[in-house]
Amino acid sequence: MNSKRRTLLQTGGGMTLLTMLAAAGWLQPRDALAADAWNAAAFDTKSMDDTFKSLGSGTPAQSKGITFTQTPDIAENGAVVPVGITSAIPNTQSIAILIEKNPNVLTAVFDIPPGTEPSITTRVKMGQSSNIYALVKADGKYYIASKEVKVTLGGCGG
Amino acid sequence: MADPMRIRANVVGDSTEVKVLMNHEMETGQRKDAQGKAIPAWFIQSVSATYNGKTVLSAQWGPAVAKNPFLSFKFKGGAKGEKVQVTWTDNRGDKRTDEATIT
Repeated sequence: MNSKRRTLLQTGGGMTLLTMLAAAGWLQPRDALAADAWNAAAFDTKSMDDTFKSLGSGTPAQSKGITFTQTPDIAENGAVVPVGITSAIPNTQSIAILIEKNPNVLTAVFDIPPGTEPSITTRVKMGQSSNIYALVKADGKYYIASKEVKVTLGGCGG
Repeated sequence: MADPMRIRANVVGDSTEVKVLMNHEMETGQRKDAQGKAIPAWFIQSVSATYNGKTVLSAQWGPAVAKNPFLSFKFKGGAKGEKVQVTWTDNRGDKRTDEATIT
C-alpha cells in the first residue's frame, strides 16, 4: 500500500521519463547509465568490409607495429585457439580481433585505458582455417595486421 | 551462480600482470541439439577489470571467444597486497565479479 502511494505521488510529482520507465520495470537503471552498450550491430557483421563499416574504422592501414604472439600456424582444435596481440603503435586505444571466415567476423574488442599495456591474450573459436586480423585504434586512426591460422578441426559446432 | 573466476595478478617490474580464467559456456547459437533445434546463444558480452577504482581493461566479446574464456593483460602500477576486480556480464543479463590479491 505504502509503495503504491509513493509511486503515485512520485508520478504525480513529475518524474523524468527514464525514472518512470525504471519504476515500471521497463528499463534497468544501469542500462540508462551504461557507458558502452554492447555493439550488437558490429558483432553481427559477416564480412570484413561490413565489420569495418560498423566499427567506423574505414579501411585500416597495414601496420608492422602489430604482432601476433602465442597464435599457432596450425590449430588442432578450432574450439580453442590461443591468440595474443601486441601493438607497438603509440597511444593504442583499442585492439579488436576479427576472424575472416567465422560466421560473424568480429570476435572481441579490447579497450586499452592509459597505463595498460596494449597487449592482450585470449582464446577464440574458429569455424575453419582463416586469416585472423588484429584491428588497432591508436590516436583515432585505425591499423591492421593479419595472420593465417589453419584449423584441422573446426570449432563453431554444428 | 556460475563458478568463480580464477584470477592471478602478479607484480612484474613496475607493472601487474593479470591472468583470468572464467567459467562460461560461451554458446554461439550455431550448435543444434539432438532434435535439430538451435541451442540459444549464451555468452559473455562485456568484461571489465578494475584496480583502485580505475578501469584497467574493458572488453566487448562475441560468442566466438572460446568456452571458459582465458584473458591476460598487463597494467602499470599495482603493489603486492592490493586487489584487482574482474566483472563479466553475459547476454542473459547475468553478471559475476571476482577479486584477486596482487602477489
